[in-house]
Amino acid sequence: MHPVFKTVLKRLGLGVATLFVVSAIIFSSISMLPGDFGEAVLGQAATEETVAAFRDELGLDEPAVVRYFQWVGAVATGDLGTSFSGRSSSGVDRSRPVVDLVGPRLWNTLFLAGVTAMIAVPLALLLGLTAALYRGSVYDRAVNVTTLTTIATPEFFVAYILILVFAAINPWFPSLANVQADTPLAERLYRVALPAMTLTLVIVAHMMRMTRAAIINLLASPYIEMARLKGATPREIILRHALPNAWAPIATVIAFNLAYLVVGVVVVEVVFVYPGIGQLMVDAVTTRDIPVVQACALIFAGTYILLNLIADIIGIITNPRLLHPR
Amino acid sequence: MSDAPETYSASAEVGAVRVRRTRTQRAWIVLRKAPISAWFGLLVVTFYLCVAIFAPFIAPYGEADSSFAAYAPWSDEHWFGTDQIGRDILTRLIYGARNTIGIALATTLLAFVIGGSLGLIAAINRSWLDQLISRAVDVLMAIPSLIFALMLLSIFGSTVWSLIVIIAVLDSTRVFRLTRAVAVNVVVMDYVEAARLRGEGLAWVMRREILPNILPPMVAEFGLRFSFVFLTIAALSFLGVGIQPPTADWGSMVRENASLIQFAQFDLRAAFTPLLPAAAIALLTVAVNFIVDWFLQQTSGLRDDL
Repeated sequence: MHPVFKTVLKRLGLGVATLFVVSAIIFSSISMLPGDFGEAVLGQAATEETVAAFRDELGLDEPAVVRYFQWVGAVATGDLGTSFSGRSSSGVDRSRPVVDLVGPRLWNTLFLAGVTAMIAVPLALLLGLTAALYRGSVYDRAVNVTTLTTIATPEFFVAYILILVFAAINPWFPSLANVQADTPLAERLYRVALPAMTLTLVIVAHMMRMTRAAIINLLASPYIEMARLKGATPREIILRHALPNAWAPIATVIAFNLAYLVVGVVVVEVVFVYPGIGQLMVDAVTTRDIPVVQACALIFAGTYILLNLIADIIGIITNPRLLHPR
Repeated sequence: MSDAPETYSASAEVGAVRVRRTRTQRAWIVLRKAPISAWFGLLVVTFYLCVAIFAPFIAPYGEADSSFAAYAPWSDEHWFGTDQIGRDILTRLIYGARNTIGIALATTLLAFVIGGSLGLIAAINRSWLDQLISRAVDVLMAIPSLIFALMLLSIFGSTVWSLIVIIAVLDSTRVFRLTRAVAVNVVVMDYVEAARLRGEGLAWVMRREILPNILPPMVAEFGLRFSFVFLTIAALSFLGVGIQPPTADWGSMVRENASLIQFAQFDLRAAFTPLLPAAAIALLTVAVNFIVDWFLQQTSGLRDDL
């Protein structure tokens, strides 16, 4: 078997194992709740029968391992359980399936993340490349200081400054990114302008610095020295010699930052009251609606693991040292 | 040319007893060569620490004193106005420094105690224990820490103690990785072997032989971890699941006063109110980052170019 294939398989196996363990951790969170949480969810006035029925629904009388595999099976078929909210002490159950809550919001979040990625990735690559090309210049230093400051700044600070400038002082964009399922695409893009701008600023800083570091690292290698000695222009060196070898680190950088985007989306959604799963998760944490929290955590963690896995695999298959083993 | 007599004598200079520079003198020599960014960072951090320590003496009113009109504009009595239930913003900012920095510092220290000691033990032990801890850390790091923190807070509730413990445990994974990576190179040194052979215990070897030799990267990491923890706690408080009222804290202050931004066209200064605590957070993290950058350049050429 080709060694690259073997390494990729090994990494895939590790990824699946991680996902398995992470799902177990997320599942077991419900067993760490205090014993009387049935009363806490249903209210003080809940009758014995209602509490008993609730516990029965959760299947708390079965061993944890059995429940875990039932849960995994249900999640695999798209059933994420039912929400804790909407239940009352009298036994009337107006709770909704978690899937109905998460589904439309997941689409909104993916839309926001997608728009951001489409702006941020080319921009960051361009900035990183030019900063590496004109390394040490005023431009490079200016970009560096700006990005260092943006990295050290909380997302909500960036968000509120944008709101202040582009929504409050100059009313160009809406400060609340309120979208419905039937909002047309153009309107939707206009409304997510500010959240997308905030996220772009935050991840461009990270991505640009990592791209610049990867390129500079590459420029120190002997074959670049050789190209320089034979009289190639800086532009030629970057585009023809450095870039082809830089795709692996750059792909890693992109995937890593998209994973970062997944988390950054939580705070930004809350600032702009954008109906995505980040906001749903925060609301569910406040009301301690554990099934919803579990579903959101599973989605976030799963995306994060998947993106990191893709980054690693791209890194492995584009590495020339692995392609031609000695 | 002056007529002063020639006072220099080579034999006197050679004969003089060499005076060792004091610690303050040496510190001053290093500081004088520090770049402006590091000076700026040090000044900001000193200022924040002073405000945090002397908060009750500086603050014009009490931390939870809500006896004023709500949403008062900026004035001489209330420099930055009052918040939604009539508490003085400046007072809240000053107490916020104390609470936010204090909690972040406690969390970072706890993370270093947990991660650092486990990392040292793993580096010395290098057997199944090392494997066990390392794999557990791999799994913990596979979940984004903000998401993990949110999930755990929904189970254990948002109290200050659960906040400190949860974030410290999640952050100790990174401390563990760094400590282990640095310590592994030191453990194989002859002097560590010698200490072991003469029968020193594990704790002694950890503290007296290994720790002093891995200190510079650990100190730099402490700075970076602190600003990361600080930002995480600010974000959680902003989301309303971190530090709970009535404790003053910068993250929740931003959220509570956020609606004032909409009045920017009528009263621009009021619109700046929610930005003040956010700016306070940003300024501190930027300052800490500047100091860490300078420290890394001092102790090694590390990260010189990134």
